[in-house]
Amino acid sequence: METVVAIVLLTFLAIVAVGIIVLRDLLAAVVLLGLYSLIAAGAFVVMDAVDVAFTEAAVGSGVSTILFLGALSFTKHEQKPRGNDSIIALIFVVITGGLLIYGTLDMPHYGRADSAAQMHPDLAVRFLEVSIDEVGMPNVVTSVLASYRGYDTLGETLVVFAAGIAVLSLLGLKRRRPEEEAPEDAPGDTPKIDPDDVQSQY
Amino acid sequence: MSQAIGLYSYWIVIVLMMAGLYIMISRYNLVKKIIGLGVFQTSIFYLYITMGKVDGGTAPILVEGKELVYSNPVPHVLILTAIVVGVATSAVALALIVRIYESYDTIEEDELKAIEALEPDA
Amino acid sequence: MRRAIPRRLTQTTSRANTENTLVKLYPRQRHRVLQVVTKLVIPFVLMFGLYVQFHGDYGPGGGFQAGVLFASAFILHGLIFGLQQTRRVLSPSVLRVMMSLGVLLYAGTGALTLLMGGNLLDYDVLAHDPLHGQHWGIFAVELGVGITVTGVIVTLFYGFASKR
Repeated sequence: METVVAIVLLTFLAIVAVGIIVLRDLLAAVVLLGLYSLIAAGAFVVMDAVDVAFTEAAVGSGVSTILFLGALSFTKHEQKPRGNDSIIALIFVVITGGLLIYGTLDMPHYGRADSAAQMHPDLAVRFLEVSIDEVGMPNVVTSVLASYRGYDTLGETLVVFAAGIAVLSLLGLKRRRPEEEAPEDAPGDTPKIDPDDVQSQY
Repeated sequence: MSQAIGLYSYWIVIVLMMAGLYIMISRYNLVKKIIGLGVFQTSIFYLYITMGKVDGGTAPILVEGKELVYSNPVPHVLILTAIVVGVATSAVALALIVRIYESYDTIEEDELKAIEALEPDA
Repeated sequence: MRRAIPRRLTQTTSRANTENTLVKLYPRQRHRVLQVVTKLVIPFVLMFGLYVQFHGDYGPGGGFQAGVLFASAFILHGLIFGLQQTRRVLSPSVLRVMMSLGVLLYAGTGALTLLMGGNLLDYDVLAHDPLHGQHWGIFAVELGVGITVTGVIVTLFYGFASKR
């Protein structure tokens, strides 16, 4: 039964992806990207990845959509209309897809417990057995993330910090919009002429 | 036939990957490219999570007293990191796009190339 | 002697009182429903974020999810009430401190384990007992991650939503 749910969700994902390709309106494409992330989060729950589903739903269809909409509000909402799509790109993509599908014929089937990823003695098998004695918490994903692989998580925190710094130095905290005045009833703030500029924020 | 059902998830992941790749290489709008990057990234996450699933398993949160089969927790850890790094990358890319728009007043790649050819930056 | 204005004309009814208070608290009339509902929902979101942060050991959750949830509450506030009000609630200088504080907490835990004789990020040496040491180490580390992620995501929102 779970397999049927997973297959149906995957088919939805493919349909939404085709929708994102075809749409020319960027606002609609961003909303579809949020929908894509949400369906993927549902599919992750079916795959028993509850932590990942939580993060994907919060980050992918929450924060990422807000960032895209914010960026779109600075720029235009529509792609420029094009004449014809590139055939070379389509051929390249089809060939690459065909090669990849040929490559998956050797991969372990969905759900098999005797694949190399499940049977390796140092990783999953060891973590699931030993984690409750060495770390003492039921959530194995947190114990692996914070204790066995704590160094990777430090690097990830540094990456997030660097992204925050990069956006802070690129955009600053006060910017000028293309239109100089806010509409009357927008739930935003009215623009003020501010004497200090971006650099003096630091 | 059983091979098709066992490998169906991988094939759909490849379709999604190729859709994301097609958006990234064939569309000229920069924001559309970043949307394609997001599609591509999420399909890769799905590939890893699929490889960790065990039939009849449950989420890798240990329950005392019962002998359960748990799904593999290692791909979950990798993908947690990857999701956060992905949103960080997208945020920096979008900030760059906003600045590009302010400098050149366009975000279509061919127009940017034309502007670059007319007045090459020092 | 001037006749005093009759009281009935100056006395405001209780319904008018409520409307005046509503107008003062929620000045934009067209979005009043949104504003009232947002003010009701935001404390629950923050509480849920705290729950997810500290129960990451026993259920799905942890630092990243909690940080994103916390930031979502402030983003919701910013969308509905305007960015200026949200900047008064959570000012950019506080955000800068939060971003750095989380990384400092994480790396500081690693340095502390080094100083106490173990390897980098080896939580066993943090307490008298390896299990308690792991517990405290993971607690501090997830807290650091949560604080940094909150600060960074609200900073991203301020950057993309602000205008001069």
